Amino acid sequence: MPQVTLTVNGKRHTVAVEGRTLLVEVLREKLGLTGTHIGCDTSQCGACVVHVNGDSVKSCTMLALQAEGAEVTTIEGLAKPDGTLHPMQEMFREHHALQCGYCTPGMVMSAIDLVAKHPEGLTEREIREGLDGNLCRCTGYHNIVKAVAAAWPLMHQKAMPQAAE
Amino acid sequence: MYDFTYHRPTSVADAVALLGSDADAKALAGGQTFIPVLKQRLNKPSKVVDLAGLGLAGISLSGNALVIGASTRHADVAGSADVRRAIPGLAALAGGIGDNQVRHRGTIGGSLANNDPAACYPSAVLALGATIVTNKRSIAADDFFQGMFTTALEAGEIITSVSFPLPVAKSAYAKFNQPASRFALVGVFVAKGPAGVRVAVTGAGQNGVFRQRAMEAALTASWSPDAVAAITTPAADLNSDIHGSAEYRAHLITVMAKRAIAAAG
Ligand SMILES: Cc1cc2nc3c(=O)[nH]c(=O)nc-3n(C[C@H](O)[C@H](O)[C@H](O)COP(=O)(O)OP(=O)(O)OC[C@H]3O[C@@H](n4cnc5c(N)ncnc54)[C@H](O)[C@@H]3O)c2cc1C
Ligand code: FES
Ligand code: FES
Repeated sequence: MPQVTLTVNGKRHTVAVEGRTLLVEVLREKLGLTGTHIGCDTSQCGACVVHVNGDSVKSCTMLALQAEGAEVTTIEGLAKPDGTLHPMQEMFREHHALQCGYCTPGMVMSAIDLVAKHPEGLTEREIREGLDGNLCRCTGYHNIVKAVAAAWPLMHQKAMPQAAE
Repeated sequence: MYDFTYHRPTSVADAVALLGSDADAKALAGGQTFIPVLKQRLNKPSKVVDLAGLGLAGISLSGNALVIGASTRHADVAGSADVRRAIPGLAALAGGIGDNQVRHRGTIGGSLANNDPAACYPSAVLALGATIVTNKRSIAADDFFQGMFTTALEAGEIITSVSFPLPVAKSAYAKFNQPASRFALVGVFVAKGPAGVRVAVTGAGQNGVFRQRAMEAALTASWSPDAVAAITTPAADLNSDIHGSAEYRAHLITVMAKRAIAAAG
């Protein structure tokens, strides 16, 4: 059986996989990191989003073997060891940006990538478009957008530039 | 998904040899089309040959061409200062494909090889008169697209890059999203460059991407949204499905063309 070596949340793992094994299957079934969810079969819902080498990707649409040597971050890798939440998680909590929570891990991972890559600021519309790949059946998105906007100043440690509002 | 053996060659020659070694060997690029297809068991490859190790990612700008390597991701085309400057419509198109996560994996080579009738890139490649370069030859865009999911590629042939002729005076893409899939219900790319004035339509045609020649003639005479406002596309050759009738798509072609022309300035 082929093997894949990858670093997940800072820890190196070598795992035996099949050619067809998906990255999400390694995370959930081999490493027990069930915070990453599977919501669809068609690569459309984003429940499975993780970061691979600094980019948000759908872990259901990547073979485990394609992640050879990669640095992967999952929802479990965000909080500090003492339990302090990542600012995005904290803002999701504060702004009631989740109801059933099924979409939340993927939504948070996509949102962190979006905010990190837009140091110039984000408009409401850009936040909505930036989360196009994440579907939520509960919240109606409104509070999610608010949470992401509220996390921007915390992540960049300055006020959101006027121009982007 | 059926199982297969996974291969990650590090040269084009090795990849071609692997693909040629077995009739059921298949290439894998970003996987944003191929993996969903495998999940549905619509394909049963014996070997999957990952092209990611071939060094085919990258963008280079010379005096008379913008060359994009086959493994270049949509996000990198969208974010490239060179692409934005040389062909802004192409950068904008790449930035509107699917969603951020699809754009972080999907590649231009994969999109063109797949030739989905609702894909975005084929319209740009056709409108800009680009050339598709493979491991064995160069293929003009006009000869490359041969109907739904069908291209001039032979079995085991690998796209290595796409060359867009410069200078491009005007370029823009207008897309009407199918909101569930995020593909184009109708997308129109308009361009004025070395290949002349061209209008290419995706999402609508029964045979995939096509040129709207009446609009090209009208825009050659006068570049303005009004020039195409009265030009219609016969519905007989267009797709009809639950998302939109052929007549609706025909209407959208003119609307999207006008928006693209306005955006191109
Ligand atoms: C949710 C979602 C939304 C999407 N929305 C859009 C959209 O709006 N517009 C759009 O255009 N696309 C869209 N796509 C498709 C996306 O752009 C894909 O990335 C693209 O179609 C395929 O590229 P890939 O690199 O992922 O190729 P893969 O999926 O890996 O491969 C696709 C096919 O091409 C072949 N192939 C790949 N590379 C080469 C090569 N270099 N030479 C020869 N053959 C090759 C493979 O064998 C396979 O048959 C969407 C996909 C998803 C999942
Ligand atoms: S599980 Fe739905 S996109 Fe990955
Ligand atoms: S909170 Fe239930 S799907 Fe988003």
